[in-house]
Amino acid sequence: MTTYPVLDQKDTRSGFGAGLLELGRTDDRVVALCADLTGSLKMDAFAKAFPDRFIQVGIAEANMMGIAAGLTIGGKIPFTGTFANFSTGRVYDQVRQSIAYAGKNVKICASHAGLTLGEDGATHQILEDIGLMRMLPGMTVIVPADHNQTRQATIAIADHEGPVYLRFGRPKWPVFIPADLPFEIGKAQVLSPGTDVSILACGHLVWKALQAAEELEKQGVHAEVINVHTIKPLDEEAVLASVTKTGCAVTCEEHNRYGGLGDTIAQLLARTRPTPQEYVAVNDSFGESGTPDQLLKKYGLDTPDVVKAALRAIARK
Amino acid sequence: MTTPAPDKASGGSGEGRTIDELQRIATQVRRDIVRMVHACQSGHPGGSLGCADFFTALYFRVLRHDPAHFTMDGIGEDLFFLSNGHISPVFYSVLARSGYFPVQELATFRKLDSRLQGHPTTHEGLPGVRMASGSLGQGLSVAIGAALAKRLNGDDRLVYSLHGDGELQEGQIWEAAMFAAAHRVDNLISTVDYNGRQIDGDVDQVLPLGDLKAKWTAFGWDVLETDGNDMARLLGTLAEAKARTGHGKPVMVLMHTEMGHGVDFMMGSHEWHGIAPNDAQLAQAMAQLPETFGDY
Repeated sequence: MTTYPVLDQKDTRSGFGAGLLELGRTDDRVVALCADLTGSLKMDAFAKAFPDRFIQVGIAEANMMGIAAGLTIGGKIPFTGTFANFSTGRVYDQVRQSIAYAGKNVKICASHAGLTLGEDGATHQILEDIGLMRMLPGMTVIVPADHNQTRQATIAIADHEGPVYLRFGRPKWPVFIPADLPFEIGKAQVLSPGTDVSILACGHLVWKALQAAEELEKQGVHAEVINVHTIKPLDEEAVLASVTKTGCAVTCEEHNRYGGLGDTIAQLLARTRPTPQEYVAVNDSFGESGTPDQLLKKYGLDTPDVVKAALRAIARK
Repeated sequence: MTTPAPDKASGGSGEGRTIDELQRIATQVRRDIVRMVHACQSGHPGGSLGCADFFTALYFRVLRHDPAHFTMDGIGEDLFFLSNGHISPVFYSVLARSGYFPVQELATFRKLDSRLQGHPTTHEGLPGVRMASGSLGQGLSVAIGAALAKRLNGDDRLVYSLHGDGELQEGQIWEAAMFAAAHRVDNLISTVDYNGRQIDGDVDQVLPLGDLKAKWTAFGWDVLETDGNDMARLLGTLAEAKARTGHGKPVMVLMHTEMGHGVDFMMGSHEWHGIAPNDAQLAQAMAQLPETFGDY
């Protein structure tokens, strides 16, 4: 198996901030909008460097989505920044009509997704956003694995024509994706090859999947770890190639078990290649206050949960 | 002839059209509205009829636009956004009559495989439409975004938008209103179809708007009022609105209109907001609206 040294500990939102700043320098069509969370989204460097292309909208997310849609008329590439909850559920109809249905080239960038937001609790810990956004026709949904990849993804979506939902988070997290590993929208990455079980993960849980693969290796189980950073469009070829080899799958996501990565994979497998699949996901509940580590443990999203799910999946083969 | 001849005298801007000619166009637009809604037995004739004069004034005289060469970005052109998308019949009629697409296509309104969806959308690639609308309250934000893009592009053309008065009950409108004033979006002229009616009844019965002029003024807009069914007054007010752009404030025009204007039995209540006339009612309406530029 392939092991990945921890290069650093950084938040994925800072990867977004770094990518956005870089885009500011390289593409003058890029404009950024924020709803009173500039610091939280790490957009301050962009705001400072490009004040003419940074728009503070205040606490008015619906208006922000509409303004972003309007900015595309005239050739701008707007990046909106707020928490994942306020980027999706709060403004679903605005995103649906003014952006998705209208086919506008808006990049919806969402931080503080999932449980690892931590102490703020369930009002802010959205666990339904992947499902909401995946259901919108034409919407690309990306959940990068670490700081480096979030930076890469931020840059990549500027060149992608069409609406995108980019989901990232708040906590400092292991940086392990090598900076030179190419990122391509819609192309899953086999991070560690294996033969016994396919562990398909997105976002923060990719690291947990790699940790689990190390544990499994000690037990003589060779797990294949795939980073499914793009949930829509799904890299069906990569997923099918892996499960054809391993015969079972585990999906790992910081999301409700309904509507997210797991269901995306399950739909593919049911349609093309019925395969035993186990979910590592939140079991249809809201979150609560706590530290990220405590929450991942309590809600069953930690390394031992991935290991157990892998063994269950293998037993069902 | 189904399309009024291009107005060469003013470089296509329509400034040479007389009030009489504009009124004759508006009459044909009203015929189109009633016929379209009758043909598919659905749609919203009341608000469409009430706004026929405004749309005619806008598309045949006020806007600096290039219907024959539509581009989504509209660089160097004035842009219009319809926020209360349910009055699509009037929008489609003026778009066709001003040359965005063939008038014959009006016959496809609300039918399967049509570009003329019940509510306007960019999804079907209909020239002249730059935004999807129907779910209310979203168009002002979009118009502001387009106005900001013009500012960033150094494009000195203007952005117009239209909203229903009932639509102003949506909270997003006031988020947008606050933003436009705070960011001095002064290349924007928004208008309200102030007809006092909405689906469930009179606006004053459903949810009164209070002193609308005072509200927009308090939000930092430069507010004008006019009679939206008096072509001469309307043109004067729109010219005044244009003159007030570029002075640090967004401009609002509250247009007092009559829902159903031009068809006597559709006026005076909210009942014709969203229902279609039967054959006899169509004939009755047509008798009140002489064919001026040829039916589609």
